[in-house]
Amino acid sequence: MIPREEIAMTEQNHLEAAAVEPGEKNTRRAFLVAAGTAGLAYTAALAYPIYRYLASPEEMAMNAAAVTEVTLKDAQTLPLGSVLMFKFGSSPALLIHHEDGRWISMTAVCTHLGCTVQYEPQADRIHCACHGGVYNAYTGANVSGPPPKPLKLFKVAVNQADVKVSRV
Amino acid sequence: MTAKTIYEWVDERLGLSELIAFARHKTVPIHSQSFWYYWGGLSLFFFMVQCVTGVLLLVYYRPGAEAYESVRQITFVMHFGWLIRSIHAWSASLMIFSIMVHMFSVFFMKAYRKPREFGWFSGMALLGLAVTFGFSGYLLPMDELSYFATKVGLEIPASISWVGPFIANMVRGGPEISEFTVQRFFALHVVVLPAIFLPLLGFHLWLIQRHGNAAPPSIEALPPAERKSEPFVPDFMRKDLAMWLIALNILALLAAVFPWSLGKPYDALAPAPLGIHPEWYFMSPFEMLKLIGAVLPGMIGELGGILLFTVGVVLWFLIPFYDTSQELGKRARIANYFGLLVIIGLLATTAIGYWSVR
Repeated sequence: MIPREEIAMTEQNHLEAAAVEPGEKNTRRAFLVAAGTAGLAYTAALAYPIYRYLASPEEMAMNAAAVTEVTLKDAQTLPLGSVLMFKFGSSPALLIHHEDGRWISMTAVCTHLGCTVQYEPQADRIHCACHGGVYNAYTGANVSGPPPKPLKLFKVAVNQADVKVSRV
Repeated sequence: MTAKTIYEWVDERLGLSELIAFARHKTVPIHSQSFWYYWGGLSLFFFMVQCVTGVLLLVYYRPGAEAYESVRQITFVMHFGWLIRSIHAWSASLMIFSIMVHMFSVFFMKAYRKPREFGWFSGMALLGLAVTFGFSGYLLPMDELSYFATKVGLEIPASISWVGPFIANMVRGGPEISEFTVQRFFALHVVVLPAIFLPLLGFHLWLIQRHGNAAPPSIEALPPAERKSEPFVPDFMRKDLAMWLIALNILALLAAVFPWSLGKPYDALAPAPLGIHPEWYFMSPFEMLKLIGAVLPGMIGELGGILLFTVGVVLWFLIPFYDTSQELGKRARIANYFGLLVIIGLLATTAIGYWSVR
């Protein structure tokens, strides 16, 4: 539909441009507005599927991030003083079984520039290797280095067969 | 700074005026057969669609062992992935169709004659590359259909004695089609072929810009006062662009209404599905080989078929050296009959091919 109209209109425009009379200015303006609108609509119709196609993984990640609880099978057997890395939604998270028996879980994404942090059992702290940020391994509080904010804690429920980690 | 001073600044350094003069140099003849002048531009348009949709598919496609899974993801998981894949497949067919129409119109207008011989040679090479694009791209989804199409396709060179099996094994990456095959077809399809195609296409377009469109001999014979033409920029270009818009709409319609399907994942142990047949542009050579094989059974038939087909292609390729004179002489008539014979042969074998797999 659109192309044929546009060809016809283009020719019309061509003729008008050849002999512009004051009375025809309105038709010409109306044509330009109509052609411009049709062109924009056409471009949008082409661009929209491409945008949605390229944005698909982002949408998938957002859906994954919408989860509120993760079940970690057999994680209750995690030895004292060790850590389990797992994915909460689409981003990495830590589950720490401290020497004193406490279970702590928090996001593993550094609040500074997004590196993945690591639990250091000897120092009993959380360290980010990228820029030397240090967090408290019990509260997630930013202790030293560049991180501006603490790491977010998750709620931990230890069961017979698994550990459930959920958003607070 | 005004636009004029900016233009002058750039022009002084890059010579834009020369480029514009070069662009304005070309004119397009106006006559009753001007319609055929659109088909080269349409081929170019479909090629550009292939580039854009190809890059979009490349964003999620993974060659090798995961090929099928990634195409499944593109088709069924990613938003509009089915549409982009369908457009790529449809546009491939339409591109080869446009090139064929373009080739035959060039043939019957005798546009391969002096000084346009290189236009004919480069055009034939571009068609050969386009068909290779089609063949290599067909395997990439690694479903049943692409597996058997490639398997059968590679049996043809493999039947040439002595060097054949060596060539087939090199192309396949082993004696059987596997993830090694899809990996090397992928490299061919997205790196090697574009790297050869693009400069050749540039050469082809430069030649057309240099020599302009050829008019058929009947028009050439008219006195100059009776011949009409229009400048390519902007007059014919505007019509070309309108044609592209129509082509885009037809393409979108085809892709949306008849989306390309994805078969079962390939299984080397599964039997070939019933009614399997090559893409339409391979149907004719495939059927010719089958027909000749029926007349001359065994190895001789296959070799004879390949030989006959090769001789035909070589004759077709060399036509500018045979039909050289500017008049409509005896050789020109023979060339016309040869062209008609080729068209009838292609159509007939294609029809027989579809008839026998129906």
